[in-house]
Amino acid sequence: MDGVARRADNRGTRVQFVAVSKVCGIETEYGIQHVGGDGNPVTSSSLLVNAYVSEIARVGWDFEDESPGNDARGFARDSALAPEIETHLVNAVLTNGARYYVDHAHPEYSTPECATAAELVIFDKAGEEILRRSMTAAARVLPPSQSIVVYKNNSDGKGNSYGTHENYLMDRAVPFARIARQVMAHFVTRQIFCGAGKVGTETAKAPAGVAYQISQRAEFFEEQVGLETTLKRPIVNTRDEPHADPRRFRRLHVIVGDANLAEVATFLKVGTTAFVLAMIEDDAFGADDLVPANPVSAIRQVAADPTLSASVELSGGRRATALSIQWELLERARKYAETRGCEALGGEDAGNGVLARWESVLHGLETDPRSLAGQVDWVAKLQLLEAYADRHGLAWDDRRMAAVDLQYHDLRPGRSLFGRLGTERLADPDAVERAVTEPPRSTRAYFRGRCLARWADAVTSANWDSLVFDLGTDPLRRIPMMDPLRGTAEHVEELLATCASPAELVARLSGGEKEPTDG
Amino acid sequence: MAEREQKRKQAPSTRDEAVVEETPVAGQGEKLKAELDDLLDEIDEVLEENAEEFVRNYVQKGGQ
Repeated sequence: MDGVARRADNRGTRVQFVAVSKVCGIETEYGIQHVGGDGNPVTSSSLLVNAYVSEIARVGWDFEDESPGNDARGFARDSALAPEIETHLVNAVLTNGARYYVDHAHPEYSTPECATAAELVIFDKAGEEILRRSMTAAARVLPPSQSIVVYKNNSDGKGNSYGTHENYLMDRAVPFARIARQVMAHFVTRQIFCGAGKVGTETAKAPAGVAYQISQRAEFFEEQVGLETTLKRPIVNTRDEPHADPRRFRRLHVIVGDANLAEVATFLKVGTTAFVLAMIEDDAFGADDLVPANPVSAIRQVAADPTLSASVELSGGRRATALSIQWELLERARKYAETRGCEALGGEDAGNGVLARWESVLHGLETDPRSLAGQVDWVAKLQLLEAYADRHGLAWDDRRMAAVDLQYHDLRPGRSLFGRLGTERLADPDAVERAVTEPPRSTRAYFRGRCLARWADAVTSANWDSLVFDLGTDPLRRIPMMDPLRGTAEHVEELLATCASPAELVARLSGGEKEPTDG
Repeated sequence: MAEREQKRKQAPSTRDEAVVEETPVAGQGEKLKAELDDLLDEIDEVLEENAEEFVRNYVQKGGQ
């Protein structure tokens, strides 16, 4: 399926915009604590990732095509501020199509590209399982006095934040300014169902005297739009690095989200965002009057109000609560689905599944937020904290409250407080287990993952949009994968099954017999 | 809020669906409440022994 091939109207009278499939992924920087270690988180993170990948075939990452300094607004930034690339660190591509590496002193897992929010939940959960197995593998090589513990959260409570980023495929033809403006309504307010919750505040600009916030990340955002990810973080990030054919595609890099443990929260975070982006892409978002007048202060205001009663000023002049903005976005998404269909969301069933859950969760937030403790992280954590405080007579600033907060995110099976809450599962546990080693069938990650599983020795490097084979003869052979929707199981399963060697695969791909991965 | 009510009147099908969802959500809430009580009974065995030290030592380098 070619994501943008159907743009021209058959009657040829006008151009019909059809949003490209919202291929998506999540990158999570995990918190790491090395008990008894030397205090260097880079070393500890490397040890953790190494311990896991040393037990499996490992292929190096190819940085040649990466250009994180390019800006979606149309200019390239000089190298003085370019993000550092730590090539000496472990950096692996896994057979499930994911990338597992060390970034900014944290272990980071980037899911393979997925076609739907439901599929992405499975691969996000598989990431947690990979981190758990890494802790076990690290324990085998560490002295008994030491251990490495991993937390899936976004801040240490002391003003240091690390990210959980989403990525969405978009049509290059969409003006970036439109995306940046319209998506703001969603980015400021979606935290009411995908915030991970946090005790207190930790930055100077956060509202004072707040006991509990809906979001871990919200108070760290200082700009509306920009290229940064570690300083003066912008709500809309402009990094322009499509990892695909740059003439056709854009990858919207979303840095404003929290790391979710609740599967419903991850599902909604991705599903609703994909909907809003498809609407923007098709110029079907509607009036801009839903966009907050001051997004930076609005996102903090919403985060600091677990009662969901605060209203923010909109650009049209009226005031609205985050909840009423979300109701309006849902209504617009429903209208979009009725008139344009859900193809960009992965089909009618996938799209309708998002709409139904979106509605039931908004309804729950409106009538009885506590009913969502099995679905929404900030509610689950808040309920646990309140019950704990009640039982022990604790104030919100008691250290034990902060300890419960941190340990909600602890990934160790015996220690994870989240794990003991019995929240709703959307992902079939068997599917998650398979996703630890097998790629999604729906995107080019299938080709990447299957090639690595079969011929790791012949793959010298891998990237999101290419694989490089060493066939024992010069030169190295590079297979481009410039379209995220090609190289799927449908395209290449049979080809891979009938190739006896990587040399045969490369020969048949370059011989033009079939070009499933050539964008 | 008034605006919300108005919108819902315009979209009755939307409201019906929401009501259908209510029962399982409430049932799940009861189950979670019971599980929460159990968890509170055993939480002190699960929590890091020294909360003060645990929270103080949890320091991360900023990332993205």
